[in-house]
Amino acid sequence: MDKSTPAPAYQLAQLNIAVMRAPLDDPSMRDFADGLDRINGIAESSPGYVWRLLDDGGKDATGLRDFGDDVLMNLSVWKDVDALWDFTYRSDHLDFLRRRREWFERMREAFVVLWWIPTGTLPTVGEAKRRLDLLRTNGPSPEAFDLRTPFPAPTHHDQHA
Amino acid sequence: MDHASLDAAHALADPVRRRLYEYVAASDGDVSRGRAAEALGLQRTLAAHHLDRLVDAGLLEVTRRKVSGREGPGSGRPANLPRRSGRELSLHLPPRDYELAARVLAEAVDRHGAEDALHAAARAEGKRVGAEGGDTPLPEFLRERGYEPEDAEDGLRLRNCPFHSLAREFPPLACGLNLELLRGALEARGEDGGRARMSPVPGRCCVVVSKNNED
Repeated sequence: MDKSTPAPAYQLAQLNIAVMRAPLDDPSMRDFADGLDRINGIAESSPGYVWRLLDDGGKDATGLRDFGDDVLMNLSVWKDVDALWDFTYRSDHLDFLRRRREWFERMREAFVVLWWIPTGTLPTVGEAKRRLDLLRTNGPSPEAFDLRTPFPAPTHHDQHA
Repeated sequence: MDHASLDAAHALADPVRRRLYEYVAASDGDVSRGRAAEALGLQRTLAAHHLDRLVDAGLLEVTRRKVSGREGPGSGRPANLPRRSGRELSLHLPPRDYELAARVLAEAVDRHGAEDALHAAARAEGKRVGAEGGDTPLPEFLRERGYEPEDAEDGLRLRNCPFHSLAREFPPLACGLNLELLRGALEARGEDGGRARMSPVPGRCCVVVSKNNED
């Protein structure tokens, strides 16, 4: 362990949800479903990746439908905004995003939310829901924001929202 | 009027300085001032003077590190290496703000979920641009459009994204537009549009053009 550089006090939690156009095993979803393992592998080997929520299958979160029967979710933790940005937009994940309309409905409301969590803790689905609601209600704030409007990590141990 | 951009344009009016700028920009911050002088057949002091002017104008910046390829003992102290600055300069007379318009249009496409229309329009524009290029060799064609292509193992990597600030703000939209634009251009040149594919890495354009048998 390198004791000379203390770990930052906060890490970035990330939730995104997506409404599928068809069930995951439908032929129209095939490119997406087939690419999942590869993209998740890229995430896990990306600099700054910390954690992602898995369902009982242990490979991904496609079995978790807390946001609706046809709604997929990702809940993950990253070192900081840059780490998440580089994975999201500067890896093969970008091609998934480019093609997202083939597989997912367009959403009028925010479908991605970011917030800071104390290092060493993990976000829960309930907390993630609350943060998404906050973003949808108030727009970007230090308590709930997105990649286009990032907020810096708290500098001292302020109370969270 | 943006005075910094005017000063920068003024600094580039000198042909020697422009050659130096282009040489340094293409070198990815990997050449010393001495090497740049040598490459262009200039006296070191003259090259240094011009490089200083380019730094003053905000076109170049100086990083201090060892020249790549030289490691370990005897590799010398870190050198001052000029490289292109990340700052964007633009000069429009009369004043224009196409970037603002592009951001608003991108936001509208995003809100409406109109990616299909965007991709189709980009493909069509690519075909127009590609046909215009005639039989200009592909690297030259891409260079003329600001992509700064370079040979890489997997084909032509594009060092510059001509839509950089839009791509920072709307990555899937701008990169999707760019991909379709390049696919259309390749098709108009009688080549396989599928040679252009997404291969995003930090600090580069998101598209790579795969090799064909002729390249």
